[in-house]
Amino acid sequence: MDTDKDEGERFSIVLFSGTVDRIMAATTLTSGAAAMGKKVTLFLTFWGLMAFRKDDWKTNTRFSKDFEDYAAPAMEMMQAKNVPPWMQTLTQAMAMGDVTVKACSMTMELFNMKLGDFEPVVSEVTGVASFIQESEGGQVLFI
Amino acid sequence: MEGITITHESNARGSFCPGPLMEMIRLVKTSAVGDVLAVISNDPGSQKDIPVWIAKARQEYLGAENEPDGAVRFICRKVR
Repeated sequence: MDTDKDEGERFSIVLFSGTVDRIMAATTLTSGAAAMGKKVTLFLTFWGLMAFRKDDWKTNTRFSKDFEDYAAPAMEMMQAKNVPPWMQTLTQAMAMGDVTVKACSMTMELFNMKLGDFEPVVSEVTGVASFIQESEGGQVLFI
Repeated sequence: MEGITITHESNARGSFCPGPLMEMIRLVKTSAVGDVLAVISNDPGSQKDIPVWIAKARQEYLGAENEPDGAVRFICRKVR
């Protein structure tokens, strides 16, 4: 196996959730990790992948069920305070650092989706084993 | 800051974490070695984030100045 010096500098996120609050957490962490020079992989699975279907982010107002009562005021506050949409945070992170967004092949098969169905930030399709292989030695978060 | 002339400054007031840091990164990337760069932020996260990034990027952190409105001006010299 390749054991180059970058091995410990990996930062991987499994994005399972498709709710705006969680995706925002994931993209903000991505951005911080990219800024700190990490090689970042965002592995999109299930609802996380659904949220990356073309143009879905423009209308996605889903919010974590357990904090549902905060959804409306949180969304309003984000708008009032000009918090950038998570897609913008992500594209900015990708322009600045080493960030790769990958789609889970199993989810794609399950929902009959192909790479062309997603936003262009999603660059490849990968299986869980290769994700595990690639994220080895670095930090991995599940969101 | 006395004796220091700022080459480029960005007002990132109202920008949310990690926006102000992204501004500093953008300034550092688009400037010449020797330039002095400043970002004004009112995001409390910047207090740690910006100096930590500057150290990691091996640039020179020149310090922070408080603005009358409670925002902070972070100053960095591009050394490489």
